[in-house]
Amino acid sequence: MNKTVNHKAWFLVLPVLVLVAFNAFIPLMTVVNYSVQETFGDNTFFWAGLIWFEDVLHSERFHAALVRQLTFTFTILAIEIPLGVVIALTMPKRGIWVPVCLVTMALPLLIPWNVVGAIWNIFALPEIGLLGQVLNGLGIDYNFTRQPGAAWFTLIAMDVWHWTSLVVLLAYAGLVSIPDAFYQAAKIDGASTWAIFRHIQLPKMKRVLTIAVLLRFMDSFNIYTEPFVLTGGGPGNSTTLLSIDLVKLALGQFDLGPAAAMSLIYFLIILALSWIFYTLMMRDEER
Amino acid sequence: MPLDLKGVSKQVGGETHIYPTDLTLEPGVFNILLGTTGAGKTTLMQLMAGLERPTAGEVWFGGVNVTGMPVQKRNVSMVHQQFINYPNMSVFENIASPLRVARMPKAEIKARVERMADLLKLTPLLGRRPSELSGGQQQRCAMARALVKDASLVLLDEPLANLDFKLREELRDELPRLFADRDCVVVYATTEPVEALLLGGNTATVFQGRVAQFGPTGEVYRRPGTLTSAQVFSEPPINTAPVTKDGATIRLGEHTDWTAPPPIQALPDGAYVFGIRPHHVTLAPDGTHPVAIDGMVLVTELSGSESVVHFRLGADDGAAPWVSQSHGIHAVPVGQVARLHMDVAQGLYFEPDGARIAA
Repeated sequence: MNKTVNHKAWFLVLPVLVLVAFNAFIPLMTVVNYSVQETFGDNTFFWAGLIWFEDVLHSERFHAALVRQLTFTFTILAIEIPLGVVIALTMPKRGIWVPVCLVTMALPLLIPWNVVGAIWNIFALPEIGLLGQVLNGLGIDYNFTRQPGAAWFTLIAMDVWHWTSLVVLLAYAGLVSIPDAFYQAAKIDGASTWAIFRHIQLPKMKRVLTIAVLLRFMDSFNIYTEPFVLTGGGPGNSTTLLSIDLVKLALGQFDLGPAAAMSLIYFLIILALSWIFYTLMMRDEER
Repeated sequence: MPLDLKGVSKQVGGETHIYPTDLTLEPGVFNILLGTTGAGKTTLMQLMAGLERPTAGEVWFGGVNVTGMPVQKRNVSMVHQQFINYPNMSVFENIASPLRVARMPKAEIKARVERMADLLKLTPLLGRRPSELSGGQQQRCAMARALVKDASLVLLDEPLANLDFKLREELRDELPRLFADRDCVVVYATTEPVEALLLGGNTATVFQGRVAQFGPTGEVYRRPGTLTSAQVFSEPPINTAPVTKDGATIRLGEHTDWTAPPPIQALPDGAYVFGIRPHHVTLAPDGTHPVAIDGMVLVTELSGSESVVHFRLGADDGAAPWVSQSHGIHAVPVGQVARLHMDVAQGLYFEPDGARIAA
């Protein structure tokens, strides 16, 4: 077969190329540019090679933020995924309560992120907040602005409150797509509730749960707004996650080179971990 | 052991899905539930299995009242229209699953699964997952699961409906062989009259939540008890028209008339309903008492070896068009009047209320 050569066709993809260039490629290249050079702010650059990458990779501060980030992400995944599945399993499959449940579940997802942070900040304040008052009233010494443990508890509770709904909705979509005949077949076999979950519901939910894990992983690894509003990374540096640390470095200290290098490392970590997750979870499908 | 439904009915939220039904199903033959989608075949099966509890009436099995007994205690198996297998288990594990629940020894499970796989030609596929099988193989796997545990009641709910034509024929031929040496009650739901005739046994015609008639399949086909039963058990649909009896003459409107058979002649004069199956209305005279009738041709369908002509008697009065089925290929121009021939000896006569008159 002879292909028709027509260079005019390039004009048709040009708008997309321009768009992608301006919103993805050029900003990314700017970061790459900063990450290998030293600048003093007056638009003069000196070649720095991989110094910033070495600095960041050897920095105690980066290690600490990364550990905090991994702790945060895996904690919320370990809570939100099972909790979301359990809530989805208990939701009605038909009847008038379905829309009520779905709308209630969707509500936290509709709230702007900085508002979520503000709501939880006020909610948890020990002097005036409902949560803070109740906990202290019960005799628990709780002050998230001073105690790192309390700050972490509040941060995780906020994320669970905000994002479990997403897992619930995805898992629910997977559950309602299972034909009734599967449950009848299981009933005829005399399968237990656990066997039904293990051999019918879980395999049928697998694809949507894979997506749920990936979305929650990437979103939580990028989280910035809510902890920024809630704790601002404190007390001390105890809730300074990667993104908060990055903003402190770039905008607080104006260390553009190290910040750019850190951005790229941050980006590569998310990319690599997402790929590992996806590969592990889809391994069975391809067999 | 026979299965008895005694006055079983099912209502869901004020809506009647099954009207009170009496039915006795014997083991060793195919019991066919024939009816259109939504007639209540699946609900009847769920009542038989114990997946649904009847609103009123009782279900007896082998002389024991099993109404309200949960399905897992009844030794029932079922094959659905969708291909239902456990997605994360191999074919072997799928077939073995009912035996594992029954805690059968491992060696016996293996022997049984292998015998079943051999019977259903699944042996080379035992290690695969259901998603790696074709539709026909998936349904074979589901059937093997239903047959492996020696259930005393086997329910097959349109098992071949989602398969393509060739596979359907192939599996349908195998079905009687699979049940040949089993002493279980087999219930088979289908929407296709041809399938009922091919599988034989007994047939119940189901229409709008009621069993219209139950008896040996050939009997129900040849001697439908009611007009409804005849309509359910006819594909293409049976042709019907109001007729008047006047002495020895049956008059079909202005179109034609003929001499009634003796048992009909003995009836009082008046209005009756005449029914005749499409293959007794042909383009060439056929049978013992051909009677000519003219019809306006609406549609002609030519298949490999037969011609199907849809036509209208007289003016368009909203009545369903008639259908004629003739051997051979006949080109009949649409929109013109064609002469057809009814073999009235094969006709059925019904009271105006639908009960058939024996003739």
